[in-house]
Formats: sequence, structure tokens, C-alpha cells
Amino acid sequence: MSINLLALIGAMLTIATPLVWAGIGELVTERSGVLNLSIEGTMYLGAFVGFLAAARTGSPWLGLVAAIVSGVLAGALMGFFVVTLGLNQHVSGLGLTLLLIAGCEFTFRLLYAGDRPTLDEKFHVLFRGTEVVDQHWLTYVGFLVLAPAAWWVLRSTGLGMRLHAVGESFEAADVAGISVTATRYAALMVGGALMAIGGAFLTLAVLGSFTLDIVSGRGWVCIALVIFARWRVWPAVLGALIFAGMDALQLQLAITSAFDAVPGELMLALPYLAVIVALAIGGRTVRYPGSYLKAYRRA
Amino acid sequence: MKFVLRGHEPRWLAPAAVLVAVLVTVALTAVPIRLAGAAPFSAFERYLVTPLTSVHGVQEVLLTATPLLFTGIAVAIAFRAGYWNIGAEGQFLLGAVGTTWVGTTFTDLPAYAALPLGFLAGAAGGLLWAVVPAWLKRHAGIDEVVTTLLLNPVALLVVQGLLNGPWRNSSSGFTDSDRLGTGYDLPALVPDSRVHWGFAVAVVVIVVAGVVLARTAVGVRIKAAGQAPGAAGFSGVDVGRLQWRCALVSGAVAGLGGASQVMGVQHQLTSGISDGYGYTGVIVATLGGLGALGVVLVALLLGDISVGAQNVSLVLQVPAQLGAMFSALLLLAVLSAMSWRRYRLQWRRGGSR
Repeated sequence: MSINLLALIGAMLTIATPLVWAGIGELVTERSGVLNLSIEGTMYLGAFVGFLAAARTGSPWLGLVAAIVSGVLAGALMGFFVVTLGLNQHVSGLGLTLLLIAGCEFTFRLLYAGDRPTLDEKFHVLFRGTEVVDQHWLTYVGFLVLAPAAWWVLRSTGLGMRLHAVGESFEAADVAGISVTATRYAALMVGGALMAIGGAFLTLAVLGSFTLDIVSGRGWVCIALVIFARWRVWPAVLGALIFAGMDALQLQLAITSAFDAVPGELMLALPYLAVIVALAIGGRTVRYPGSYLKAYRRA
Repeated sequence: MKFVLRGHEPRWLAPAAVLVAVLVTVALTAVPIRLAGAAPFSAFERYLVTPLTSVHGVQEVLLTATPLLFTGIAVAIAFRAGYWNIGAEGQFLLGAVGTTWVGTTFTDLPAYAALPLGFLAGAAGGLLWAVVPAWLKRHAGIDEVVTTLLLNPVALLVVQGLLNGPWRNSSSGFTDSDRLGTGYDLPALVPDSRVHWGFAVAVVVIVVAGVVLARTAVGVRIKAAGQAPGAAGFSGVDVGRLQWRCALVSGAVAGLGGASQVMGVQHQLTSGISDGYGYTGVIVATLGGLGALGVVLVALLLGDISVGAQNVSLVLQVPAQLGAMFSALLLLAVLSAMSWRRYRLQWRRGGSR
């Protein structure tokens, strides 16, 4: 048996890309104290809207812009439910996910009625070389720009401090003159945009088409990654790489004859189980942000 | 403009809020119906009314509502205790697996032994699938939302793995399991209908759960643990143990749903055995106010919408996903409208406070 290491690393980076984008999006919203369970639906929305716009205009760039707009809107809608109305975060996030997925499926079936449409033009691979550097530009930007920028903004800027203050103690933040409402809305909208980019990467760069199971649980994985990383950027990126590595290995082993006896489904389940094991080991001493899951009402 | 806490809640407010939410949902879903080229009014009539105008239609509604009754009450039991079980989907699937295992292993049992065994195996399957997240929550403080969610796709992979491998149909070779022994066939509740005894079992489970939750000391403790865990702990309730037990009961009830669906409808395991019933259970439980009667009413309503959606997609060529959109919108609209019960809007004129 032989495993092509370069191909493995290349696949790992590609698989990790949507997790990095959407995971950092989730991290930003959770830093403000909002557990955003609409992530699965927002990624789905980004994948679908991105595809639709790219298919209609012929430009993946316009697709990406449309996806970002849709993600911002989804974040604002989530904000309306959990910030303005103060509804339960679990239920509104899950409800929004169900609504967005059903809405996209409805529109997809209405427009394409059973066809399997493909894009005329999708994002090209940036370089041609070995498998490791053969990546889409969204992968490069995700690892080399987004992650350091998110780390720096969250750690060293006033914006990051504001977010942190709201997430840890919104009463204190409010007293200090920080608008809890505005901060949470901003976090949700920025986070939604990043999640939508993560989803759009799947249609605009990887597949060049849209399928009904396109996101298939990646959003839930991101939620686990963020908690595993204890709301820090680099551990989240590392977690995404580990998860993607398991997934890439699983893909490689599936085509390796020595592993024919192992059911493919077991391999597919491995990454999910790995996240749970990692949580069980690394998540023991998790201290949640102080205003996690709480709605703010000025007394 | 800002929100102000209401002093007291007028009696008319809750029904009015629900009415407004339903109207908003209807208005919002009229848009996609129009886009699909159908007339909203006749579509809504087919959605909501047509299934109830014939005996056959009502039977289909009861049949469609049956799995939702199980998953709805399962989620409600856990949510009541403040345990956010989002894993009813996986527990439902593993319930179906448990039932299929006994149903294809002990094939010659007579009905009076097979049916209880089938339900028991379903409950055991669902319970086992709920153990790991509940244990991690209790002993390591790991957020159950994440673990129960992540186990849903794993459960589907378990089903697919069994159907692709050891349980592949021995006569057709398709990726469905063998047929369960005929002793496991749940009889029809009404002669010549597809409504089976699973519906009656669901009602019994809901009545028992409703009585326990609303009328017993255990129910009071569960409610206290869910609404004010700090205060409940202070007054001597072991919140962790209570949530652990509710989590397991919740999993077992969701597993019963899988058992009922296998024995009453499919008579074999298929990878499509759950049509998202676990996720819809969250809608049912929440809209039903985490109470028994509410769960029944909402499950019947969603059953009605879902049967109507099949009907509409056949007759008016509107994609059946409209049913799912309608349910999710209804959830968000009702929750939003209900938030006005505690708060009211105060418009501030410029300058004066």
C-alpha cells in the first residue's frame, strides 16, 4: 500500500478551506456570545446563491459577491431573532437553518426541476505545480489573510476588545458605553458573510455545480471546532486541518485496496467521531464566554 | 423605539400573537407559491383544508403525524429539563436499527411477543445513541448541542453501512434490509387504512409524559431544572442527574419513533427511514410549548401541511419543500410573536423620554 503524501496534503488544504472560512465566521459570532446554529443553513445559502448568481451572470466573482450579500442578510435575520427579540439561540438558529435549506431546495427544484446544472466558468486553481500548491485563491486567502487578520483583529484592536467585552459580560460592556445590540449585529453579519463564503467555495471553486447535499454537516463540524478551539483562531484553524486531514486520509484509503475490508461508512464517520473524541479530551475545562446563549435586556 | 417589560399579560395576547404569526407565515409563503406559478389561495386550501375533507386524507395526516408525535415529545422531555437534545434524528435512526435487528433475527415470533420486543429494541437503540452525549455533558461538561448534532450524520452512516454491508437485502441485493418477520407488522388502527398502532402507542407515550411533566413532583423538578438550574440545585434538586435521565428517556422515546416507522410503514430498514423527523421534532416541541397537548396539536398541523404539500406538488407542480419552508417559517413567526407577550414596544417621541 502506498499513500501519495503530496496529494493527501493538497486534499487536506482544499477540504479545510470551507471549514476555515465558516469556522472563523462562527468564532466571530460566538465571541459576541451568540451560538449561531444557522451556520449550516447560511453555508447552504451561500453555496446556492453563489451558484445561482454565477450561473446567471457567467462570472464566479459576481457569484461570490451575491453569496456574501446573502450571508450578511442571513446574519441580520439571525440578529433580529436573537438580539432584537431575544429568542432562544438554539431554536432560532436551528429554525433558520431549516428555513434556509428548505428555501434553497425549493428554489433549486423550481428553477432546475431535476437537472444537474454546471457553471460555465468557476474559480480556477491558482498555481500549477504539485498537488500541495494547486489550490484555489480562496484557500490561500483563507489561511494566509483571513486567519491572521481575524487573530490580529480579535486580539489587538478596539473592535476585538469590544466583541470580547460583549461576549464576556454584556452588562459591563453596556455600562462602558459599548452598544451590545450593534456589536452583536455586526458580529452576526460579518460571521454570516464568512460562512456564506465557506459555502460558496464548494460550488464556485470545488464543484462548479450545486447539489442538494452540498454542505452535508460541515456547519455542525465548524461549531464543534470553535468550542474545541475555545474561541481562539489558530486552534480552530488547526482543528479544521486535523478534521480535513482525517477526511482526506479517508478518501485516500477508500481507493487503497488494502482497506477494502473496512466499510466506507466507517471511514466517513471517522472525522465526526474524531471531533467528539477531541472535545471529550480537550473540552474538559471549557469555560464558556460569560454572556453565551443569553439575550441582553437593559434592566 | 425600545422594548419595555410588560407588567402583566392580557388574556387575549397569546392567541392573538399566534394568529398574527400564522397570517405572517401565510403571507410570506404566498410569494414562493406565486413564483412557482400557482394561485396562493387555492394552494393554501390544498395545503391545509383538502387533506381534512376526506376520510382517506385524515388517515394520511394521522399517519404522517405519527413519527412527529414521537420525536416531538422526545425533544420536549429533554428541553424541559434544560438538556438541548438536537440528536433526535440519530436516536430515531438507531431505534429503527434496533427494531430491524430483532425483527430480522427472531423472525418467527408471534405478534404478541414480536411487537413488544420490536418497540423495546427501538427504545434501547435510541437510548444507547443518547448515552454518549449525555455522559459527556454530565461528567465533562461538554455542550450537548454539539455532540448530539454531530452524532446525527454518524447515525445515518451507521444505517447506510449496515445496508451496504451485512444487512444488504438477501434476495434482491438492494441496499434495503430484509423484511421483518410478519409478526412485527403493526396492525392497522382502523380497518383498510395505513394508520397503524404506532399512532396509539405515540398517544399513550404522550399522555404518560404529559401527566408526569404536568402533574407530578418529578415534573416540577424537571421544570425547575430547566428554567432555573441554579435555584433548583440550591433547593436540593440534583440537576445533573435529572438532565441525564431526561436525556436517556428522550433518546428512548425518539427510538420508539424509529421502531414504529419500521414496523408500521416500511417493514424493513431503508436509508430514507427518517425524513428529517428528528429535526422537525424540535419544531414540534418548541411550537407545542414543550407540553403534551401542544405537541399533539402541532404534530397534527405539520402532518396536515406535509400531506397537503404532497398534494400540492402533484396537482399544482409546486416543489414539496414548500411544506418544510412553511413549518420553519411558522416556528420563527410564532416564536417572534410570542416574544411580544413579555415585552411591548415603546415609541419614543423625539426629545421627550
